[in-house]
Amino acid sequence: MRLFGRPLNGSVRTFAPGGARVGNFRGRMAYFLQQLINGVTLGATYGLIAIGYTMVYGIVGMINFAHGDIYMIGAFVSLVGFMLMGTMGITWVPLACFLVLIFAMGFTAVYGWTVERVAYRPLRGSQRLAPLISAIGVSIVLQNFVQLAQGARVKPLPPMIRGSFELSSSGNFQVTISYLQIGIILVTVALMAGFTYIIKFTPLGRAQRAAEQDRTMASLLGVDVDRTISATFVIGAALAAVAGLMVTLYYGVIDFYIGFIVGIKAFTAAVLGGIGSLPGAMLGGMLIGLIEAFWSGYFSIEYKDVAAFGILVFVLIFRPTGLLGRPEIEKV
Amino acid sequence: MESDAKISIAALVRDAAAAALVAGLLAFPLLGFRLVDSARGLTLDTRLLWVVYAAAAVFCGRLLFSLARISLSMRRPAATRPVKIEAPGRTRYLFGVALIAAAIVMPWLPFADRNIIDKATLILIYVMLGWGLNIVVGLAGLLDLGYVAFYAVGAYSYALLSQNFGLSFWLCLPLAGLLAATFGVALGFPVLRLRGDYLAIVTLGFGEIVREVLINWGGVTGGPNGLSGIQRPSFFGLPMVPAATDGGTTFAQFFGLAFSPNQRIVFLYYLILALALATNLFTLRIRRLPIGRAWEALREDEIAARSLGINPTMVKLSAFAIGACFAGFAGSFFATRQGFISPESFTFIESAIILAIVVLGGMGSQIGIVLAAFLLVGLPEWFRELEQFRMLAFGAAMVLIMLWRPQGLLSHRDPTVRLGTPPRAKEAGA
Repeated sequence: MRLFGRPLNGSVRTFAPGGARVGNFRGRMAYFLQQLINGVTLGATYGLIAIGYTMVYGIVGMINFAHGDIYMIGAFVSLVGFMLMGTMGITWVPLACFLVLIFAMGFTAVYGWTVERVAYRPLRGSQRLAPLISAIGVSIVLQNFVQLAQGARVKPLPPMIRGSFELSSSGNFQVTISYLQIGIILVTVALMAGFTYIIKFTPLGRAQRAAEQDRTMASLLGVDVDRTISATFVIGAALAAVAGLMVTLYYGVIDFYIGFIVGIKAFTAAVLGGIGSLPGAMLGGMLIGLIEAFWSGYFSIEYKDVAAFGILVFVLIFRPTGLLGRPEIEKV
Repeated sequence: MESDAKISIAALVRDAAAAALVAGLLAFPLLGFRLVDSARGLTLDTRLLWVVYAAAAVFCGRLLFSLARISLSMRRPAATRPVKIEAPGRTRYLFGVALIAAAIVMPWLPFADRNIIDKATLILIYVMLGWGLNIVVGLAGLLDLGYVAFYAVGAYSYALLSQNFGLSFWLCLPLAGLLAATFGVALGFPVLRLRGDYLAIVTLGFGEIVREVLINWGGVTGGPNGLSGIQRPSFFGLPMVPAATDGGTTFAQFFGLAFSPNQRIVFLYYLILALALATNLFTLRIRRLPIGRAWEALREDEIAARSLGINPTMVKLSAFAIGACFAGFAGSFFATRQGFISPESFTFIESAIILAIVVLGGMGSQIGIVLAAFLLVGLPEWFRELEQFRMLAFGAAMVLIMLWRPQGLLSHRDPTVRLGTPPRAKEAGA
């Protein structure tokens, strides 16, 4: 919340409420379009984090509360990565971004793997709430570890990718889409495509789907469930790291606390889309991003979180398993 | 035997080396470099030696841990381990009575200074919140991650009612509970038909909504600055101040005592003790009423309970409302104790701590909750000097206790009513 209240990037500044009063129809359409672009960008990051939640929930059946903090770790690792690139003299921005992407995904994945190995695996098969409490503990540990290691102050990064396309302009209001926004959307689409491929067509994906349906049965049929779950955490953490990298670039400021509220929203997105469903996570992320952007653009920036949660409650009343979730069948 | 031990030592070293490697990888980006924002912009401090330290520490720690575990298991083979016998009901009952007696005499013991009573009061607030949440989570089996919202409602209702309408604490207490319960019903009604974890996220969202409204609704709630100058409680109308402002009698005058600020501290301590014990008594008694049994039946098997004619929505709603009501009481006590409240006091971490107390205590065990509250709230208070490391240690402790006792400190959750063989006979057979 603190993070999103402080837009640095030029194109984000059009969040300012009141812009809706741009007189004529074209102006209103332009304003709408701009909010749509901003919302989709925001939604892409939420969606990437939501996948981590929904995948873990689908297979292990637990709320991985520390996932938001894994995303925060991803943001810090990428910031360190950018500074390292600067020290090593790699200044060509696309190359630097690519290397940092690999750097952040790799190291954040180690965090995801370790958290699962240390704090969740020993609790598998015990009471339902034990992993949840353990996850909350991990979340507190990660936040305070980063605060101690990196300091509590907000870390700013000067904008690296400037420039934008002007889509249309009417009077004093321009609809722009920045290169960065295009990059975020492209990277998200590419990752989603790759991820869908993994789930649908690789042995790992098959093992994951089998473990999701019935863990005991899968292990009886020779699926190494522990390894599959580890892989799930690694993939989730890597995707969260990408989201962290994109947010670092997009907003230019991070601190040790950003994981909490973004984590909650990404989890809300996962629930909204139907927890356990991967397209649902992306859809939910998009919806939450759009709701936030439009709410801030048309109403007030203060209650945007209330709007997101309000819509979640509203959707759940009419579709208790989320938008794309399958209803659970209870067997007696 | 000799070679066996050697091989196992080599394996241990390998295992520890692997752990050290992972620790090094974890430490490399975040401990090995430090982002410093100076006047020239962001710069990077390199201190790769720390990575080596971290890896070395993990290596030694892991090795010692494995060695300790092996030597323990060698000394005491698993087969001859004494079978743990659950404390029978009578011992537990006596222990509870002793605990209450100790709590009652505590302020008069020689070591009890102002500081200790204050900390005990804080622990008791969490005990009460834990007992209240236990009705929702432990008895009814509903996962509530936004319990602190009801606590906030209670605190703000007392503060606003007493500031705007001049109502006294004793009048506000039931009103605050009622308001919190109303909020519980209002939230619960639409969402209680959701299953387990959906409910968790909605309650979590509700907690955030309440906090956000408190921050943004500046005209009423004072916004982020909160409300200050909240009226302190009185002893049945006798204020605990050096001199009464409107010419009335103060508590000290009425009882012919010299005024001392300790009187209020001790009074607050007994007040929360009474409130907490009332919560406990309520829980213990309601478990034996049809409604309490319906909660436990729903927790154990919703389908079976429904087939027996229990209306799940109404039963869950009552648990939710009653739990919220106790949070409201605790909240108004919190407001009157602090004299100042702000949204800062009602963050998610509070909900997490309360839930952790319930789960660590052993879900449904009343004494377990007291122990867990002492561990999670009391111990960190005594280690305030650690400052920044305190929260790190707190989180680590939460994970470690959970790993150590996944069922909670005092896991003991059998249904209150049992059919067939009495529990004693079953235990003897086992």
